[in-house]
Amino acid sequence: MKRQIPLMLVLVLGILFFVQFFVPSQLSMEIYQMALQWSIVIGAFAIVLAIGSLVNHHTLKIKRRKEHFWNSYVTLFALFAMAFLGIFGRIESLSFMSAWFRKLFLYVQAPMDSAMFAILAFYMASAAYRAFRARSKEAMLLLISGFIIMLGVVPFGAYLWGRIPDIAEWIMMVPNMAAKRGILFGVGLGMTATSLKIILGIERNWLGGGGK
Amino acid sequence: MSTNIWVWIAALLSLCIFSYLYKDNPAFRFAEHLFTGLSVGYLIVLYWNNYALPYIITPLADKRWITLIPMLIGMMYLFRFVPKLNHLILIPIAISLGFWNGMSIPLTIEADVLKQVQGTMINTSMLSNIWHPQNGLAVGLMVLVGVISTISYFYFSREHKGVLRFSSNIGIWFVMIGFGATFGYTVMARVSLLIARMQFLFTDWIHLIK
Repeated sequence: MKRQIPLMLVLVLGILFFVQFFVPSQLSMEIYQMALQWSIVIGAFAIVLAIGSLVNHHTLKIKRRKEHFWNSYVTLFALFAMAFLGIFGRIESLSFMSAWFRKLFLYVQAPMDSAMFAILAFYMASAAYRAFRARSKEAMLLLISGFIIMLGVVPFGAYLWGRIPDIAEWIMMVPNMAAKRGILFGVGLGMTATSLKIILGIERNWLGGGGK
Repeated sequence: MSTNIWVWIAALLSLCIFSYLYKDNPAFRFAEHLFTGLSVGYLIVLYWNNYALPYIITPLADKRWITLIPMLIGMMYLFRFVPKLNHLILIPIAISLGFWNGMSIPLTIEADVLKQVQGTMINTSMLSNIWHPQNGLAVGLMVLVGVISTISYFYFSREHKGVLRFSSNIGIWFVMIGFGATFGYTVMARVSLLIARMQFLFTDWIHLIK
């Protein structure tokens, strides 16, 4: 029974909202809108669970005095400070909190965010060295295409030869799009097949315990 | 050098992150944990403003009690922390899965399958300008061949020999050009972020570049 009810719910709701798409009535749209709002409310509690798990993880790390546990204090303090300032900063008399929230976002979070992604440039350069060694025809194509795109999006490419940006755009718009379209087509069919398997109860991994 | 304390904080934290290029170190770990905490805190505020306030707090304040039903269902997620009632967490998961999967099937087929087929089709307007680099018939045929051969490369239900082998070989060329283009584009996006960080450090922080 612990598994039958969730499976039944997935089947009934899955079929209902699949059919709903093909019923162009006012009632159908109202049901869809209500379900959308309900799923947002339900999803909001999943976030509570996720945050709870994070807090739990760091609290346990502090309790057990694990290696580098003091960093967990930093995470927990930053989490609660940011949330507190953002939520209570909406109150008019506490608008200074909103200003602090903005400062923390602009001068602490955003710089670290872009620095974190910027260091990937170095790792990608080293990965590119290994990947772009033209050992086969296919690797050669990868190398040429990547190289032209990199040159095409910076002024230096146009400085070398005026047609490079046009060639880069053509690669993006024609062969790249053809490949992406083929992949997207496969992804679409795969997603549909997986959705059907979940609705019909063939795919049960989400129940936990390996679907048994 | 800047006299703004916030610019100093931003610069030093950026350097903490960049220090990982040398090796893992306490400064990086501090910045990493600070970043995690702030990002989750920001996510909480985002959810509070965009979802909790308009979809939970405001309806309840307006005495729209029907909101209590999805709230109660959502609260079942919290049974994750009650071992004896752990299985009840499957109810909100099942409701979300049923709704999103049922709704997504026609939308996915429409956006990822039918629209892609439609975009690949040769249309009459292409005939008027056969050699146009983006909308001509030659390009249309090339895209058609690219899409079909890419799909054939990912078709694993039959051994790749004969026509299928020929087609999948062409497919891998398209896939490689596509991956190369994506790689090049991603590298340049990351490099532009790096340039922006360097600009900040050398312009806003130490005023080396005016």
